Amino acid sequence: MSKNPDIATPMARVRGLGAARSGTGHFWLSRVTAVANVPLTIAFVIIVLLLAKADYAGAIKIVGHPVAAILLLLFVGSAATHMRLGMQVIIEDYVHSEGTKLVLLMLNTFFAITVGLASAYAILKIGFAG
Amino acid sequence: MARTGPAERPLSPHLQIYKPSITMVTSILHRITGAALFFGTLLLVIFLVALASGKTSFATVQAIYGSFLGKLVLFGYTWALFMHMCGGLRHFIWDTGAGLERETRLKLGWATLIGSLALTALAWVVYFLR
Repeated sequence: MSKNPDIATPMARVRGLGAARSGTGHFWLSRVTAVANVPLTIAFVIIVLLLAKADYAGAIKIVGHPVAAILLLLFVGSAATHMRLGMQVIIEDYVHSEGTKLVLLMLNTFFAITVGLASAYAILKIGFAG
Repeated sequence: MARTGPAERPLSPHLQIYKPSITMVTSILHRITGAALFFGTLLLVIFLVALASGKTSFATVQAIYGSFLGKLVLFGYTWALFMHMCGGLRHFIWDTGAGLERETRLKLGWATLIGSLALTALAWVVYFLR
């Protein structure tokens, strides 16, 4: 498919999904995770308030409870996805050097995945092994 | 490309030219709190990994989070969370095309700010009363 907009057919332009090559995917996923984040954030704050004055055994019991563990896993997954999309927009807005932008976008992805997976691993370990 | 003297052409005005409005301030705060929450997730990962690692590491993290400085950071994190959540709810309204009239958007701006402060206060009152 030609990258020249002057000779591209309307169909080719549609298939090309615009300059970002991803169409509305970014926008939509950002909204879907934002919607999910509203109830999950409220659940997260409630769980944190329950944890606030708990000792070690109490904290293990709270995080290890299936309902809390599942809510925390959902929150971490949705939040990590949402924050990766949001930080991507910030980077694209302010970093104009192509090389630096590429590096920062990669670090952004690495950070979000690390945060998400490390949290998920810890929650699962607490749930399964105590 | 370095320019030494003042520009010889009219330049578009930037942030410091405009009188701050509530919509402008809340828009900026939405981005700042979003970025803060991105790094704030480290607080959650550190807590979960420490809890999953055992008694000693949990006690260390709890001592740091429970200190005055720790509580201050957590207070800021709570507000960032609610500010970004309320700002997100406002964006959902705007995404439908509604609420963009002058009166409504000013009201929504104040509602975002006041709502986030009220929710933060509520969470911390619950924490101190428990």
